[in-house]
Amino acid sequence: MGLKEKLHGIKEDFKGKKMAPAFNALHTFLYTPDETTHSGGHVRAVDDLKRTMNTVIIALLPVLVWGIFNAGYQHYAAVDAAQGVLREASLFGNFFTWDNFIMGAWTVLPLVIVSYAVGLGVEFVFAVIKGHEVEEGYLVTGMLVPLIVPIDIPLWMLAIAVIFGVVIGKEVFGGTGMNILNPALTIRAFLFFAYPTWMSGDQVWVHGAKAAAGGPDAISGETILGAYAQNSSVIYDFSDKFFGFIPGSVGETSTFLIIIGGLFLMFSKIASWRIILSAVVGAAVMGLIFNGVVDQGWITEGSNFYGLMSTPFWEHLIIGGIAFGIVYMATDPVSGSQTNTGKYWYGFLIGFFSIMIRVFNPAYPEGVFLAILLMNVFAPTIDHYVVQANVKKRMKRLKLKTA
Amino acid sequence: MSKDIKIKKGLDIKLVGEAERVVSDAPRSRTYVIKPSDFHLVTPKMLFKEGATLQAGEPLFYAKKDPSIKFVSPVSGTIIEIKRGAKRVITSIVIEADGRDTVRELPVLDVNTASAAAIKERILESGLWPFIKQRPYDVIASTQTEPTAIFISGHNSAPLAPDYNFILKGKEAALQAGITALSKLTSGKIHLGVAKVSDSVFSKLSEVQMHTVSGPHPSGNVGTLINKVSPVNKGETVWTITPENLAIMGELFLTGKFNAERIISVSGSSIKAPKYYKTKIGAEVSTFAYAAGIDGDNVRMISGNVLTGDQVNADGHLGYYHTEFVAIPEGNDYEFFGWNKPVFNKISSSRALTFSWLFPNKKYDLDTNTNGEHRAFVVTGNYEEVFPLDIYPLQLLKACMVQDLDAMEALGMYEVAPEDFALTEFVCVSKQPHQAIIRKGLDLMHEEIG
Repeated sequence: MGLKEKLHGIKEDFKGKKMAPAFNALHTFLYTPDETTHSGGHVRAVDDLKRTMNTVIIALLPVLVWGIFNAGYQHYAAVDAAQGVLREASLFGNFFTWDNFIMGAWTVLPLVIVSYAVGLGVEFVFAVIKGHEVEEGYLVTGMLVPLIVPIDIPLWMLAIAVIFGVVIGKEVFGGTGMNILNPALTIRAFLFFAYPTWMSGDQVWVHGAKAAAGGPDAISGETILGAYAQNSSVIYDFSDKFFGFIPGSVGETSTFLIIIGGLFLMFSKIASWRIILSAVVGAAVMGLIFNGVVDQGWITEGSNFYGLMSTPFWEHLIIGGIAFGIVYMATDPVSGSQTNTGKYWYGFLIGFFSIMIRVFNPAYPEGVFLAILLMNVFAPTIDHYVVQANVKKRMKRLKLKTA
Repeated sequence: MSKDIKIKKGLDIKLVGEAERVVSDAPRSRTYVIKPSDFHLVTPKMLFKEGATLQAGEPLFYAKKDPSIKFVSPVSGTIIEIKRGAKRVITSIVIEADGRDTVRELPVLDVNTASAAAIKERILESGLWPFIKQRPYDVIASTQTEPTAIFISGHNSAPLAPDYNFILKGKEAALQAGITALSKLTSGKIHLGVAKVSDSVFSKLSEVQMHTVSGPHPSGNVGTLINKVSPVNKGETVWTITPENLAIMGELFLTGKFNAERIISVSGSSIKAPKYYKTKIGAEVSTFAYAAGIDGDNVRMISGNVLTGDQVNADGHLGYYHTEFVAIPEGNDYEFFGWNKPVFNKISSSRALTFSWLFPNKKYDLDTNTNGEHRAFVVTGNYEEVFPLDIYPLQLLKACMVQDLDAMEALGMYEVAPEDFALTEFVCVSKQPHQAIIRKGLDLMHEEIG
């Protein structure tokens, strides 16, 4: 008897029992179900929710791998800097090395494991209690979460945040497909408001930065945004920022790989190109407005906002988490706008507000996650007006006929 | 004058096993079955008991709500069984054919000179009224309301669709008689959508407004034609009829006889020799299914097309409205890691490691597997890619699910039929039963608003 038949037998045994969803989740992970159509059309397209989610995970793998190497690289660069040695980034010289990989894996993989174990655990519990199938939403959330937190976040904090995010961000609304807020960002927001000191400053972005920073010339381990917000200069050049040889949340440093992932998602039609395109435009517009303000001389070097306002608009798109947020977070179909016209507005406003919050937020120089959460709340309103336009057209048609 | 209707949104599902353009006579069927469930929302009142003998074209039962709507027997013979289901609902009426094919004859009616009332009376009397459907609600047309227009789609774009030019060849006169008759029942126009005006059986028809429709499926759906020509407003009614049934209606006017003959396409990857068969409404599917040959025993047999048809067994019967029979493999098997490996042999509207977009002309051998489990709506924007109507499909489906009548009305529920949602159902990542949701929504509206 093959594995297939054995699992089928167990499935039959479990049918109607409390643990059935838990078993089915594991079973359908191995085998697509033997379910056939029984109402309406007799054939169905190949895509299911698992494939959709899986495609997003594939698009996240490059940034995860980069994040692992970068974690090691930043750690050793910090150690070197503490001894007064400046590391010159070179891809195959000192970046893709076993040392970096082992150090990175040692710090990043626990984040991934905790995120999946805790999150899926909560999902299984809810599925069993409520008697529905385990839905695939957490497959992507679980991968996003370790990529948007600082590398040195304590695992217990992550676990608490994940529980909060899955329960309050998703399950109380009825599970995958019903949530109003993006669950990964809900987790991020919980961490941000509950443990602010762990989510900003110069201690958490590089593994072991605190220990390494013993020497007087220690590299601060600050993110680029942090440096700009302090109006201080940045030691990284364009290619460091674009390719991602910089400290930051695990997965958001390499804009280059995020663009690759974004192109893959847009090509595979899993992510909405409308949202991505208009978010980039929105961010550029806000960036240009700030650049214009600086050019007009309304804001001078003495101002707290000078550093970030004078950052060229295109550079805003490369530094910080905005690229990651636009590609992987704003495109969440559940919490985002659902109509095609609405997606343009939704994306544009995310880009626009991201840069605005980034510049004006005094405590923490990043805006994309707050902007997306804000627009999550407004997405149904945007959709409402888009759909109303269609409804009005129908009413008008009726009036023309009856008049 | 013809108008062009070109749609871009949609999806052509190309399947293997298209019917060869040859017509064979199907073996004579011993029994014929009329299923009241084919006539949605009709409660049948029987006119005969078991054991009664009757001619072809003689009424079997009438609609309880409107006794003038009669339903007739396709053949002459004896009612051998009236099957009943739960709450004694009649599920099917089985007629054993006597093989003599005696037909109830009505006087010939000249449609050119006959009055509207006479024509309507004749359609009702002959039992052909059920061929006329109406929107809103996609049910048999009400005899009380005059339609603002009548829509006929002369272009079938569904997968494995029979070719109208082939099966209706020689029926031009009957089609014209049907159109002339129907044109008297409306103050509006009769709109006919065709793929190509020239050299089709429809090319010489008069008293119709021709529209050339092109583009992927559902360009041939009558719902698409209605939406593009003149969408149904609140308070309006339009009628639809299929060209095959229009020809039967026209023949009745020309000859006075009800001819239940249908040329149906027998197709699908599980059919050994897919071709056309001449049979009758309600015939046993085994007659033509086994004449054409069926591959394997794990097969889904469908009366109708793969997107909207009904599942039948080998001892089942052809549906009243169906002009197609399809057999495809059942997909009741597990596939190892089927959700994440690259897929070449199935159709997808996305490009998520699926490659049907690379081979637009490849014909696929799809089975009945759902390729995934039922989930809540998650992905957005993919229905819109295959849904050409000026309606928000996801929002309308959700309005139906929460039974919000006001929202359903505002979002265009009067304009749609379940078949318009066949493609959104096909591409649905969450494997939601779109057609069933819409049908339930329409029933609710019919009940509450009327």
